[in-house]
Amino acid sequence: MASTEKKNSFLNNHRALDLTDNRGFLCGKILADLGIDVIKIEPPRGDPARKIGPFYKNIAHPEKSLNWFAFNSNKRGITLDIGTLDGQEIFKQLVQGSDFVIESYDRGYMDELGIGYKELSKINQRIIVTSILPFGPVGPYKDYKAPDIVGMAMGGVMFGTGEPERPPVRISFPQAYLQAASQAAVGTMIAHYYRQRTGKGQHVMVSMQASLAWALTNTISWWELDRQIFQRQGIYRAGIGAKVKLRLVWPCKDGLVSFMVIVGALRYMEVLVQWMDSEGMADEHLKAIKWREFDMSKVTQSEIDEIEKRVGRFFSMYSRDELYKESSKRHIPLAPVSGFDAVLRNKQLRSRDYWVDVDHPELKSKIRYPGPFLKFSETPMTIRHRAPLIGEHNEDVYLGELGMSKRELVMLKEGGVI
Amino acid sequence: MKVAKEPPKDALDGIKVADFSWILAGPLVTKCLADHGAMVVRIESGKRPCAHRAVAPFKDRKPGLNRAGYFAFYNANKLSFQMNIDHPRAKEVLRELIMWADVVVENFSPGTMDKKGMGYEELRKIKKDIIMLRTSNQGQTGPFAKHAALGMQLVALSGLSQLIGWPDGDPLQTTMVWTDFVVPQFGVAAIMAALDYRDKTGNGQILDLSQFEASLHFLAPPILDYVVNQNESMRMGNRCPCAAPHGAYRCEGEERWCVIAVFTDDEWEGLCKAMGYPPWTTHDKFSTLLARKENEDELDQLIEAWTINLSPEEVMSRLQAEGVAAGVVKNGQDIYEDPQLRQGNHLWPLEHKEMGMLTHMGQPFTMSETPARPRSPAPLLGEHTEYVCRQLLGISEENFSGLSSDGVFE
Repeated sequence: MASTEKKNSFLNNHRALDLTDNRGFLCGKILADLGIDVIKIEPPRGDPARKIGPFYKNIAHPEKSLNWFAFNSNKRGITLDIGTLDGQEIFKQLVQGSDFVIESYDRGYMDELGIGYKELSKINQRIIVTSILPFGPVGPYKDYKAPDIVGMAMGGVMFGTGEPERPPVRISFPQAYLQAASQAAVGTMIAHYYRQRTGKGQHVMVSMQASLAWALTNTISWWELDRQIFQRQGIYRAGIGAKVKLRLVWPCKDGLVSFMVIVGALRYMEVLVQWMDSEGMADEHLKAIKWREFDMSKVTQSEIDEIEKRVGRFFSMYSRDELYKESSKRHIPLAPVSGFDAVLRNKQLRSRDYWVDVDHPELKSKIRYPGPFLKFSETPMTIRHRAPLIGEHNEDVYLGELGMSKRELVMLKEGGVI
Repeated sequence: MKVAKEPPKDALDGIKVADFSWILAGPLVTKCLADHGAMVVRIESGKRPCAHRAVAPFKDRKPGLNRAGYFAFYNANKLSFQMNIDHPRAKEVLRELIMWADVVVENFSPGTMDKKGMGYEELRKIKKDIIMLRTSNQGQTGPFAKHAALGMQLVALSGLSQLIGWPDGDPLQTTMVWTDFVVPQFGVAAIMAALDYRDKTGNGQILDLSQFEASLHFLAPPILDYVVNQNESMRMGNRCPCAAPHGAYRCEGEERWCVIAVFTDDEWEGLCKAMGYPPWTTHDKFSTLLARKENEDELDQLIEAWTINLSPEEVMSRLQAEGVAAGVVKNGQDIYEDPQLRQGNHLWPLEHKEMGMLTHMGQPFTMSETPARPRSPAPLLGEHTEYVCRQLLGISEENFSGLSSDGVFE
């Protein structure tokens, strides 16, 4: 453990001040996982996102938000009202000794308070300020309100998602700002590396809408080159080969599996038919298909339907685990449609020691968390500690690091500044 | 006369990347590096080119390895180096390439590079401080490391699919394979940290990016909910526990929709005002959030009776003017024409050598000092083979033509 800490320490002489709300937590979380000393700054009564569920043992309490836990572990926490003049002065003092500021306020709010990038760079020219915005700093929608569902709509994700007879749907667990916040971490780290080489800070501005549009695969190309718009197809998928839709979700004996009949660079249909044949389930029709000559750009829907009918019959005779195990052996891309119970039990994750049991002394409990997002061979990451309680590190930071007196601290508390 | 402003120095100027990856998860990592100024050499096989070079849509609907929109969209700013890495003489070139590179990126199924003598230990013998990002479905180790899977299987396996769709319907997927667009961000952030570490210590390292493991970070709260409360989160259509209305509403036209989300009393008032205060809005059934949640099906119908006669753009602008969150459900054409994305410089129209003017994706964020910028369109297959050999790797003309006639660059 000690050696891990030491190796991991190469970034922990860097400090980030994290002013984000739920729209930006993940950015600071990624920096914190990489070893940066991330200080989450909350308003004196605690971050509004602490009221976002789910909650520990379903008790709605600001110190029990699992959403807060998930995205703020490895960070320290202080309270500070940057809306007050004292708060702004203290914030500026903190900026002098920091390397990053991350924020997700409405566009222009930091400037209004006199602590926007321009002002902060005067105090510390190396500072990197990262702003997570719904639509970026310019353009006709720049001040539009955009909770998750608006992002998923305006970013182009929803249109193709859902069942054909029903409205387009979003993903039920909000993803729009996670995309934006992860892109914010990318921009921040690139800016960091540039600063390491040049000494220059800068302002990184993320557009949530663009973070989603970035993920549209060939949607834009299909329109530009072919004037095609793909409608949502439920459990089928369009836009891969010719004008065919391909089944993606298949019932089996005890649930659903994910699989798709694709032929081309990937040769697994041949292998699947061999498997089916070995079980006496491949008829002449399937065996007659010359998979190496099969052309996805010319195939007709009825040809696909004929193949899918036979594959579907085969899958329906096995359980999810049986199909997963055997397809794994045979290198066929197939996976069970899983819930989180199965994710927690997943053998692969366990064999890689993915999960980390994090101590929550305040709850007298340990909670199992998703582990590091990547395995570094030289500088391994870990979850060092749980998310901060409200104002947990106020004394460390204000007394220990800014050199305030206890009396000042009391005054600031009474004044509602911290 | 105005003096032309010097182009800003790129953030990753001078960083060299040997990119053995293909399809999405790897190339998206290297795209971000390339867009910020790194020199990215994509090693492409002529016999087995990137799958995205071979899928529709094609320019003028004429298939061709240099005519695929999908490949072009995500590969601006890279160089294409065509070579057969299995050729007996390939080693001579690969050695130079690894010597040249700071970072190697690959996303083959685990074991593939090692079989080719290109595992991390081998690369390290050539260049001690090399950084190698290996990304695969389930990581480089473990019993399922080599399980063949596409991203869409990962969406199912990770629990995400279960969260897409209607409570009474099947688990669905988004049009794009979601995890492919989650993983690259973690990869780029890690490469930056690894470069910084290398600069300080002289040590390279191997970065094992399991797409499964990284993706779960986008699902961490529902995972904790299962861990602590044994509560299995499920899909709920467009509903949100703390907002009503919250959904997509049909508008005038074919497949035109607008989403509306009302969280607060003020927003409800704004919605009522924008609709012109129809009498039903004053009914007790809808006066509070709790009441609206209770009568949400009916509420949705009443709202749709208003939106159905308006364009989604009209619904959006009227509601946003009243402080209500609303947005057009944008289709491919809308996104292509989106004024916001264009003004934000997120879409780059570039003159492609074979396809002509074509939209390439930029980056979703801007940087004040070192903005991502287009320097070249997506490369033709093998377009830079000679340039890379002669100019970057310093291979002599004679040696190059020898290797070439031996078939190394096929």
